[in-house]
Amino acid sequence: MTSTALQQLYQQIILDHAKARHGSSAGPLAALPDAPLPDPASGELRLAESHQINTTCGDDVTVRVGVRGDGTAAVIEEFAWRGDGCSISMASASVLHDTVRGVTVVEARAMLDTYREMLRSRGTIEPDEEILGDAAAFSGVSRYPARVKCAMLAWVAFEAALLPVVD
Amino acid sequence: MTLPAPSSTRATARPLTDEEVARIRNDFPILETRVNGHPLNYLDSGATSQNPVSVMEAEQEFYEQRNSAVHRGAHTLAFGATEAFEGARATVAAFVGARADEIVWTSNATEAINLVTYSLSNASLGLGGPQARRFALGTGDEIVVTEMEHHANLIPWQQLALRTGATLKFIPVLDDGTLDLAAAGTVIGARTRVLAFTHASNVVGTINPVAELVALARAVGALVLLDACQSVPHLPVDLAALDVDFAVFSGHKMLGPTGIGVLYGKAELLADLPPFLTGGSMITTVDMHTAEFLAPPQRFEAGTQRISQAIALAAAVDYLTETGMGRIEAREAELGRRLLIGLSDIPGVRVLGPGLEAERIGLAGFDLAGVHAHDVGQYLDEAGIAVRVGHHCAQPLHRRLGVTASTRASTYLYTTTDEVDHFLATLREVAPFFGVRS
Repeated sequence: MTSTALQQLYQQIILDHAKARHGSSAGPLAALPDAPLPDPASGELRLAESHQINTTCGDDVTVRVGVRGDGTAAVIEEFAWRGDGCSISMASASVLHDTVRGVTVVEARAMLDTYREMLRSRGTIEPDEEILGDAAAFSGVSRYPARVKCAMLAWVAFEAALLPVVD
Repeated sequence: MTLPAPSSTRATARPLTDEEVARIRNDFPILETRVNGHPLNYLDSGATSQNPVSVMEAEQEFYEQRNSAVHRGAHTLAFGATEAFEGARATVAAFVGARADEIVWTSNATEAINLVTYSLSNASLGLGGPQARRFALGTGDEIVVTEMEHHANLIPWQQLALRTGATLKFIPVLDDGTLDLAAAGTVIGARTRVLAFTHASNVVGTINPVAELVALARAVGALVLLDACQSVPHLPVDLAALDVDFAVFSGHKMLGPTGIGVLYGKAELLADLPPFLTGGSMITTVDMHTAEFLAPPQRFEAGTQRISQAIALAAAVDYLTETGMGRIEAREAELGRRLLIGLSDIPGVRVLGPGLEAERIGLAGFDLAGVHAHDVGQYLDEAGIAVRVGHHCAQPLHRRLGVTASTRASTYLYTTTDEVDHFLATLREVAPFFGVRS
């Protein structure tokens, strides 16, 4: 018994990412530097992280980002994560890693908005693969409202981690 | 191993037969529902049970024929409502071996535990007069719970400890998911004032040795609160015989509606306990600065009560009594065995808690290697099977057993053997679907 709906949800690309977990740190992430964040104009790498928990199941993800540059030129240079959870939450963290590394903060945030809008659409929005790349594979999740949190977990952590390092 | 052998007094009744279960199912309209194109296979009664028609009719009949406030008003409807409401209390009391005035209605079991903890902290503040001093907690006093508690029987005690300065200790869980009874003997000590523990685990399904734990508490003069949410719906329970001081259970897990829970308290304890919620319906005389309170149970029932829910819960109790709690227990023991044997035969499945050697209710929590519980639940749901996934409001126990989340299948009197088998057959497909080799 495997329904088409289930295959839509668990596309092969998701199952593969859930296993491969690109960018996932095997051990705990190293402690963040104690010093205050450098000025964006200095050209130094600015590191921050966010830990998010899905209270329904206890799944958790910590996302660490390293941003360099100022204003619209700010680029996500580093992205690392560590977490424990279901295939949807782990795969979405892995895809997020592949998607946002090296892109500007502006682009990443636009992607985040598109991704969130797709997930909240209850299946009414066709994913834009041009913008989302592999993240478009999560469009099936939008038909399962209980799983939207799983698909958003790492992205919410990413969004929160950006706040202190982007002005 | 210090666990006592399963008591021979349990499950001696004749189990409900498949034919009887088929008839019982006719009383539960929701079981006709189809989910994702499949007949509903409801294996989540441990979270909330379904309602027979008689329960829904009792609630409807109340609103159609007797709806009015209880314990006030001299008109005929108010009298009828009061009679039905107090009749429901007597029915529920008799079901658990209690007196009617030992049963306090609450919104749910969580509120019932909070009622006790807040009444204890009110006593600790000096409220309730000299007779309430026996309940006062302070620095140096100890509250003991277990590592397998539902959050509802943990967090209220954490908060009580914070409010009073008492220390919270716990009886650890062994690797096999049972309580470390050897440790219990040292954790429960001269400073222990309260022991709170669950009768049956909502995650691993084990039935805890109440007599042994009560004896340890009695030896040091501690109060005992029993979380009976997973026992009262599934086996005959006589709270007076168990000799616990307080017990809680919830209506919606025993064929009743949501919004109604029960606190049992020994009459002589409730008599001395100060109230938690205050206001109308729980007083005798009031002036601008003081109030005198009613005797229990009204002292603990401020404001308009959950009248229709109490009456519907009594209808649920009638349904269970007519079916026979011993026979339900025996039936669920069979289903539980079928679950455990079937699960242990599936590659990659690790059943949480002890196996068939332990006394347990008809549920099984398990981990499927390489597949997260949420994914297991999603796959099963697609086949119409409803199970619980997640931490089941017991994060410390999951941590102790080395998992973040688990899947739980729980049975009740309407569960068929075919449903258990269908669940097991479908579960077998899950690891291959997710590309996990075992």
